[in-house]
Amino acid sequence: MAEVKEIRQHKSAVTYLLRFFVIGYLFVLVVWPLSEVVQRTFAPVEPDAAGGFGAFLERLQDPSVTYAFGLTITCAFWAVLINTVFGLGISLLLVRYDFPGRRILSVLIDLPMSVSPVVVGLALVLAYSSGSGWFGEGLESVGIFIIGSTPGMVMATAFVSLPLVIREIIPVLEEIGTDSELAASSLGANAWQTFRRITLPSIKWALAYGVVLSLARSLGEFGAVKIVSPGAEFRGETATLLIQNRYTNYDESSAYAAAFVLVLAAVLALVVVTFIRRPEDRT
Amino acid sequence: MTDVLAPPAGPARTRRPSGGPFRLSTASGIGLGIGLVWFSILVLLPLAAVVGAAAAGGWSAFAGTLTDPQTFAALRLTVVEAVLVTVVNAVIGTVVAWVLVRDDFVGKRLLDVVIDIPFALPTIVAGLVLLSLYGPDSPVGFNIVNTRTGIFLALLFVTLPFVVRTVQPVLLEIEVEAEEAAASLGASRFTTFRRVILPSLVPAITAGSSLGFARAISEFGSLVLISGNTPYRTEVASLKILKFLEGDNQAGAAAVAVLLLLVAVVVIVGLDILSRRVARRG
Amino acid sequence: MRINIKAAAAAAVIGLLVVSGCSSAGGSGDDKTINLVGFAVPEAANDAIADAFAKTDAGDGAKLSGSYGASGDQSRKVFDTNGKDVDYVHFSLEGDVTRLVDAGLVADDWNKGPNKGIVSSSVAVIAVQKGNPLGIKDWGDLTRKDVKVITADPASSGSARWNVLALYTYAKSKGMSESEADDYLKKVFGNVTTWAASGREATEAFKKGVGNVLITYENEAILAKQNGEDLDYIVPDHSFLIENPGAVLKDADGIATDWLDFVLSDEGQKEFVKKGFRPVGDVDISGIEVDGANDPADPFPVPKSLDTIADLGGWSAVNKEWFGSDGEKLRFDKLYDAATKQ
Repeated sequence: MAEVKEIRQHKSAVTYLLRFFVIGYLFVLVVWPLSEVVQRTFAPVEPDAAGGFGAFLERLQDPSVTYAFGLTITCAFWAVLINTVFGLGISLLLVRYDFPGRRILSVLIDLPMSVSPVVVGLALVLAYSSGSGWFGEGLESVGIFIIGSTPGMVMATAFVSLPLVIREIIPVLEEIGTDSELAASSLGANAWQTFRRITLPSIKWALAYGVVLSLARSLGEFGAVKIVSPGAEFRGETATLLIQNRYTNYDESSAYAAAFVLVLAAVLALVVVTFIRRPEDRT
Repeated sequence: MTDVLAPPAGPARTRRPSGGPFRLSTASGIGLGIGLVWFSILVLLPLAAVVGAAAAGGWSAFAGTLTDPQTFAALRLTVVEAVLVTVVNAVIGTVVAWVLVRDDFVGKRLLDVVIDIPFALPTIVAGLVLLSLYGPDSPVGFNIVNTRTGIFLALLFVTLPFVVRTVQPVLLEIEVEAEEAAASLGASRFTTFRRVILPSLVPAITAGSSLGFARAISEFGSLVLISGNTPYRTEVASLKILKFLEGDNQAGAAAVAVLLLLVAVVVIVGLDILSRRVARRG
Repeated sequence: MRINIKAAAAAAVIGLLVVSGCSSAGGSGDDKTINLVGFAVPEAANDAIADAFAKTDAGDGAKLSGSYGASGDQSRKVFDTNGKDVDYVHFSLEGDVTRLVDAGLVADDWNKGPNKGIVSSSVAVIAVQKGNPLGIKDWGDLTRKDVKVITADPASSGSARWNVLALYTYAKSKGMSESEADDYLKKVFGNVTTWAASGREATEAFKKGVGNVLITYENEAILAKQNGEDLDYIVPDHSFLIENPGAVLKDADGIATDWLDFVLSDEGQKEFVKKGFRPVGDVDISGIEVDGANDPADPFPVPKSLDTIADLGGWSAVNKEWFGSDGEKLRFDKLYDAATKQ
């Protein structure tokens, strides 16, 4: 044992080399570019744009910017809500029950994460657009519009973040096993009581973790939403679309301001996730 | 604090559920039905519509789109860039994971958080982040816009966490006995690494690399601002789909999309098989 | 502690719901909002016209909500949503409106008025780096070895088709035969470093320094200069008249028709002029200083020869000869393939 400790703790030139390589790599790839964004948010490079925190806040208070963030939150909220309910149900079914096609379903569930966002957008358009979708005409005749309106954007967001909750819950559900649940039901608890008293408390941290991940992913969705959204100011322009539109429309400072907010949200999600992870790790 | 925002999966974590003791009751059956309907509405039917649109013109139209020199060049560039990035990630990702697990220094925890940032950032912001340092007004005088280097850098950025996060937990769990034995037999540290540690990391590296590869193939948001869309030079598959869509060629868009879908399915199924194998062995 | 967490969670959920209630993409059911879908470049001009429109009786309280992007894609989006929540379209090409006519979204007679459906116009110009270091004077210079051209891509952009026609008619005006004209086009295409998705993205690419010559609309070059970009532009002796159509959708709110009338009025056109567009119809623009133009007092020099789409037999004839759709390869596509192949 002592020898291994020695091996592991022995700092050779290689150790230092690797350490500095890794630090340098991450600095050049991530940290430095990020710091540049922060700098440009508060000191825009555009010739006549004001700098400072006040100007930053002012840019965010522009009605079109607040609308964009409002819409982003709306889409993310519904997508996360749907994914949480769906994810909980499907995870329980996959782990606790046996039915034909279970394995195929468990593989398919992972698919949305690997599909290109552009393909997601295209798929939704081909299925649900009023002009050219498979079901567009039928839906339109009953007054339902999906593409080019909020429901389509919620669906695009839900699609890309679909497996996140499920992936977090399933391993925990498997680990805790079914003994206590069986015991509870043999003592006369109904399904709902068993779920509330036994299952939910043991998966709550994994669930919270999955929800935060979904939220972070949903807030930042771009490609799929770009294709299904009408994309106009006050009509379908989400925060990420706003960043692209402003950046290409001689308003880099607003683009950076909005980007900075999303960076903050992402870092916040990381911090929250770290804290959620801890109590679980301790067990 | 391992595995924070990174897409998990890989043999280290996901085991496919092995099926439980319960039979479907009426209530759970209804639940399953509702779940499947929603999953079909959201995922399966739209993806089927893509396949349908690609197949509508027949095989020759489908093949014609994909073998069109410009489309083919875009596909080739996508694959080449994705392979390059995957190889670099496999090596550097393992090194990063190694340093995070085995080395100890002030600020290591911060580094651990930095790894996850690329995954947590919205893709369009990731593009903007890279452009602010390596773009037109670059303070370091290095402009990557519309270059293959730019695409490479963007893909490297967004796929950073994949290998690191799948290798890290495995590295933490490696048993010391084997290393101890190797060392006591006089193996050098490099030999120990190559003969003892590396083999047990291979499944994790493979899993992380495949996830990264799938992501690189399908990446879109971070490339929008960086790639100049120049045919034969900087046009990648996802941007090609968008261009087809903008040019009102839905069949073309669907043809390329089907190819990307296929890659996604192959990766997912491959990972599933890999994780079962590892589970059986270990 | 537990209760606190629950209360906080509940508060957060309620907060989110309140926010959700406020914003929705379907939005703007009120009939004072004109929902516009347009091609990439006229946003600044339309916003200025909207400000002026809101001051008139007909436009009192009107608000403009615009979506801008590559013309073909924008037209597809309107088509895909069956014109829901769209009142007015402003595209680069006639064909993008025709698609909506075919779908029954725009009236058949949209182009029967005195303006033939055209609401804004401009000419094709060559934008260069400040001070014109390469000494570009004419379209003929674009075949030079040291030139790196940026243009929009005709696959998605309307602006690009105007550019190609400008190059082609230049070749014809120099007395070239059809095959010589093809060779000329091939040479220019061979110099293209970026085929951008839209006219605006082409400008964006030029700003990012990936080329040294940009083929664009005159108004786009003027707008870029108004925004402080370091570029100059040349109106060559030969150019092509760019005519962008605008149309009101059949089931648009009534205010959209008033809006179109205002856009076509002298007052509306003067707002276009201030943003660098050439006026449609006989509008007296003397006295308007156009910021960013080469000569603000005389902003729109008339090229010695100016071809129009009518000279080439109209868009349907041109599209049939030049620009294939759905993967079909026509004259342009073949030249493009030949020139870009490596």
